[in-house]
Amino acid sequence: MADDASEPLAGRTPLVDVHAHFYHAASGRGDYQRVNASRLRAGERIGIRAHIASILGSWGHKSPTYFPSFSNVTSGNDAMLALQDAHPDRIRCYVTVNPNDTSHAREEIERCVGRGAVGIKLAASRRADDALLDPIAEQAAMRGLPVLHHIWQHRTREWPGQEISDGVDLGRLAVRHPHASFILAHIGGGGDWAHSCAAVADISNIFLDLSGSGVDRGMLDLAYASVGASRLLWGCDITMETGLAKLRALEAVGLSDDELEEVRWRNAARIFPHNALPGIPTSGVAARRTDAHVRVPQ
Amino acid sequence: MIDVNCFIGAFPFRELPHPDADVLVRVLEREGIAGAWVAHLPTAFHRDVTAGNLALFAALEPHRARLHPVPAIRPDWPHWESALVAVHALGARAIRAYPQQWGMGAHDSRLSHLASACGEIGLPLVLTTRFEDVRQRSALDVAADLSGAHIRAIVRADPRVNVVVTCAGRALIEESHWGLTPEERARLTWDISWIWGPPEDDLAHLLHTIGAEHFLFGSAWPLRLMQSPFANLELLPPETRQLNLAEAP
Repeated sequence: MADDASEPLAGRTPLVDVHAHFYHAASGRGDYQRVNASRLRAGERIGIRAHIASILGSWGHKSPTYFPSFSNVTSGNDAMLALQDAHPDRIRCYVTVNPNDTSHAREEIERCVGRGAVGIKLAASRRADDALLDPIAEQAAMRGLPVLHHIWQHRTREWPGQEISDGVDLGRLAVRHPHASFILAHIGGGGDWAHSCAAVADISNIFLDLSGSGVDRGMLDLAYASVGASRLLWGCDITMETGLAKLRALEAVGLSDDELEEVRWRNAARIFPHNALPGIPTSGVAARRTDAHVRVPQ
Repeated sequence: MIDVNCFIGAFPFRELPHPDADVLVRVLEREGIAGAWVAHLPTAFHRDVTAGNLALFAALEPHRARLHPVPAIRPDWPHWESALVAVHALGARAIRAYPQQWGMGAHDSRLSHLASACGEIGLPLVLTTRFEDVRQRSALDVAADLSGAHIRAIVRADPRVNVVVTCAGRALIEESHWGLTPEERARLTWDISWIWGPPEDDLAHLLHTIGAEHFLFGSAWPLRLMQSPFANLELLPPETRQLNLAEAP
């Protein structure tokens, strides 16, 4: 095998991970710095130029991961912004919000965008089609910020610890807000991905994020057939080896070189604010929405 | 390198692209893998494994240089002992058992008898932790994941049996391995198809704590991407990358 100084495993073409996470001291795990460092090390080896990441409150240590207290939302976002400031060459930040307090959510978005956040993270504090998400989606459209929404692929029942949404739920929100871009999180992250592909195939402002620990054969084929390369986004979530494997499998599925570039970085460059992603070309990439007014970290 | 965790044939709960022996040979060629232990996926869900075993041997016949048959033996079926002798004579490389799909508890004496019989003739016994993530299973797919209690009981059943467990994650591996004596755990190996890589680095952790000699290359093809275990090995930290996985027993 090649050593770490050699060619990146995924080549030198730009590569954006649209679904990353980091941890912080208040996460309650003693090895959080090791895990963060491991993500950056693996990212270098793969050739990831931009980790677009979120911290979900205290990750369950002080309040539930998917129902974070508002103070934990804020401290998690502060930790995420600090990581972005510490690694401006490769980390970008989603602002995480709990939509159960609309005022706090909207203020948190403004506060964090002012410090350089490039997208909004919604987890599972409220179902995706709930009216409480409308003001957040309006703000996302106005700011040109994509919304990464945690999704359970095919909600067949309630699961403890989260108010889960599936592709149908997210579709209802996306149809109500056609000028916002929504990222359907981790089609490999649990549940029936075939249901999600069918649910959002004809909703053009929903993009499928390929991340998740699942590496089922047939998943990438169906995602590609359902929405095309122009609506696929590459990502890892909490297993980076599966991200690398799926990147390689896309070639076996039959994507052209141009389509692979769409998935690797160009689609991300279109839906995130102009010039917001480090190491990612902007020339020749038309933004899907109006540019956001964000501070770009130096 | 041998992939010890491959199947051919359809899966009852979703469409699998081309789960065929000739396609598997091409995938092994593409990935640079010398050969594979191959089981018949539909047989895991059959009551009588006889027809599936016959289909397995027939499908692999043109590819026997690279594809090594791993038939299933169900130890609650009449004449299973003679079926084991028969598949051994046909060149079985190992034996598969599916206790959860067959409704057998961890301490079912019939599993112990199968383990002893496999040990007697020198064939490894292969167990499958899961076929799919629990979060996506069909309402009809009610079998639980293989338990640590099953694994420990089967390994303890006979000092001659070698056990290979596929599709396990870190928690199951650790509770099984550290729940056995050194002599027992020496006969237990795991494939790496379902062990997480960075940033959690479960694979690196296990290679250091349990030892690389307890881990085998496996992919769970055609259920899962064969690229995944390769990517996992390539993303090991530099100090771990030099460790070599075990050879197939």
